[in-house]
Amino acid sequence: MFKYLKQLTSLVAMVAVLFTFTTETMAAKKSKTLKNTQKKGFVRCGVSQGLPGFSNADAAGNWTGVDVDVCRAVAAAVLGDASKVKYTPLSAKERFTALTSGEIDILSRNTTWTLSRDADIGLTFVGVNFYDGQGFMVRKSSGITSTSQFKNGISACTNIGTTTELNMRDFFNSKGISYTPVAFEKADEVVAAYDAGRCDTYTTDKSGLAAQRTKMSNPDEHIVLPETISKEPLGPVVRQGDSVWEDIVRWSLNTMIEAEEYGITSGNADMMKTSDNPAIKRLVGAEGEMGAAFGLDNDWNYRIITQVGNYGESYKRNIADTGILPDRGPNELWTKGGILYVPPSR
Amino acid sequence: MKLKKILPQFLTLLFIVLIFGFFTMNAQENMDTRGIEFGFGFLKQEASFDIQFSLIDYDGSKSYARAYLVGLLNTLLVSAIGIILCTILGVVIGVARLSPNYLINRTASVYIEFFRNIPLLLQIFFWYFAALRALPMPEDASLLLGTSYMTIKGLYTPAPIWNNFDVFLISLIISLILIFFFNRYAKRKQEEAGIQYPKFLISLGIFLIIPALTFIFGGVDLQWSFPELKQLAKTSFTYEGGVGIPPELIALTLALTLYTATFIAENVRAGIQGIGKGQKEAAASIGLTPGQVLKLVIMPQALRIIIPPTTNQYLNLTKNSSLAAAIAYPDLVLVFAGTAMMQTGRAIEIVAITMATYLTISLSISLFMNWYNKSIAIKEK
Repeated sequence: MFKYLKQLTSLVAMVAVLFTFTTETMAAKKSKTLKNTQKKGFVRCGVSQGLPGFSNADAAGNWTGVDVDVCRAVAAAVLGDASKVKYTPLSAKERFTALTSGEIDILSRNTTWTLSRDADIGLTFVGVNFYDGQGFMVRKSSGITSTSQFKNGISACTNIGTTTELNMRDFFNSKGISYTPVAFEKADEVVAAYDAGRCDTYTTDKSGLAAQRTKMSNPDEHIVLPETISKEPLGPVVRQGDSVWEDIVRWSLNTMIEAEEYGITSGNADMMKTSDNPAIKRLVGAEGEMGAAFGLDNDWNYRIITQVGNYGESYKRNIADTGILPDRGPNELWTKGGILYVPPSR
Repeated sequence: MKLKKILPQFLTLLFIVLIFGFFTMNAQENMDTRGIEFGFGFLKQEASFDIQFSLIDYDGSKSYARAYLVGLLNTLLVSAIGIILCTILGVVIGVARLSPNYLINRTASVYIEFFRNIPLLLQIFFWYFAALRALPMPEDASLLLGTSYMTIKGLYTPAPIWNNFDVFLISLIISLILIFFFNRYAKRKQEEAGIQYPKFLISLGIFLIIPALTFIFGGVDLQWSFPELKQLAKTSFTYEGGVGIPPELIALTLALTLYTATFIAENVRAGIQGIGKGQKEAAASIGLTPGQVLKLVIMPQALRIIIPPTTNQYLNLTKNSSLAAAIAYPDLVLVFAGTAMMQTGRAIEIVAITMATYLTISLSISLFMNWYNKSIAIKEK
């Protein structure tokens, strides 16, 4: 009797497990983050405390930048209006805690994708919106034109809480150069201290160097050295555990990049609806059911392109035209010699 | 009756336990759903970041636990220097504020009102960036006291190179023990027979002579390594050899000292003014000199008023030292609750350790000051 009872309970348990599993996957379709975002009516986006070209607020409090555009794209896709974003400026130190604790839903803040961050601390990286690398800035008057001219005793200003500190150590160790790291909590202080002459060099991601150079008292006195000492793929991050939300953010970014590939811009997206190319039609919501899988309508990608523009437009508007990095370098499409290559929307 | 007494206490305790349990479970649940683990194993991992300024041997190949220790020691260093300097400055300013000389007491008042009414973080920024702007580049620095250079990259002073340092250290400890016993002996003699020794002079003598003897007999040897200018690039210089004290430490110490000293000065003034005029007059009437009046009558009583609020200021100074993070002084908050937290992502563990550390430091200071306060309190005989 008891024998059967035991089998019966295990059977019930198995059915229960199966049942919860199926309801789980059904429920997962309706992402918790997506539901919350639609209920609130805005996307909660973590950005930097001010990095021109990436995420920077003007005097009126309007945020612009390529990182900001990722959040705007998600808002356009999910809420139908790219302006419905609430920005939270975060220091490098605060950013992951803000995301994992649920204070923000997307972290789009020039954040490097690394194994330990992706695997360790409850985060998921969804893609790369800027391929960067760490470099060094020095004063022109020092006569240094290459990192090979660095000598023992050099002092380097940088930020804490970033991969920069680790790369710097790897770099100087591999060259056998002794150095003094001077690490500040906020970028503004790093710039001020380096500008005053506290350090011989300022090191961070090259895009950051180019952007911060514009803030120096005399930008022409400083140069960024040609060497790149690390790989810094920067991209948006979401919390682990909400795969639908993760997909929405990933494909919002992918849509922007693929739109550039097919020549779809905010200006011609309407015309593209009647294109002969099914790949283009899919990108502007004129063919297929591309939004259903995320629980979105069919025009989600069309709205991204018309309201935010494609990746090239975003880059030109924020980074090239502002004189930060006119040359796209690796951030050019794979078809034009760069490494931007995204999976197809189909 | 008994139940009536115990029940409220029991309920309160239950309530606290439940609240604590609720928050723990809540955190546990949220961490589980977000895939965050909890544990202290990360402390053994390699830190792989370097620190600007360290009192112990450290580089990135050491563990996070070691980085924690570096941060802790740097916090203790700036706190200890700050406490000593702000006490000296506070007493001087406090006494100056009571000076009959108009110029002196006005200057002291202006100083106090100025520094205690500006937020500390602003003062730290001011001293740091003002110092950075004002100090010369290494190649332009002039010699200070014939041995040191004050530059934008820090204060470079000669570094001592010891031979048989441990012998010297032991001799210091021995001399301190001797001084302690001598003072006990002198006190007993004074109480029993009324004999007064020149306690201070003899103590100083012991302190100087015994360690000095080790240079002659103990094989102790001291040499200095002087900082020398080194060219890094065409217009970029630094100093090599000697000890480099970072400008961050100097700015932080200066800001903490000047700020906290204002409060201590007010405590000292309150303490001295809190002693009745009659005490002073009575002491003078039995023939004590003004110095003796201050030392034997006024100060012992004033200290009882001064010590408790001053303890608070010491605690404040120690906690305020965590503002160091703003100007790159590698204290506990910058190194451990900053870089280490970011590299490991262990926010809860690291914040908990950091909080426990500050709590321990503060309680230790409190305990010591309470003990000291008790030792100078009126002893009813």
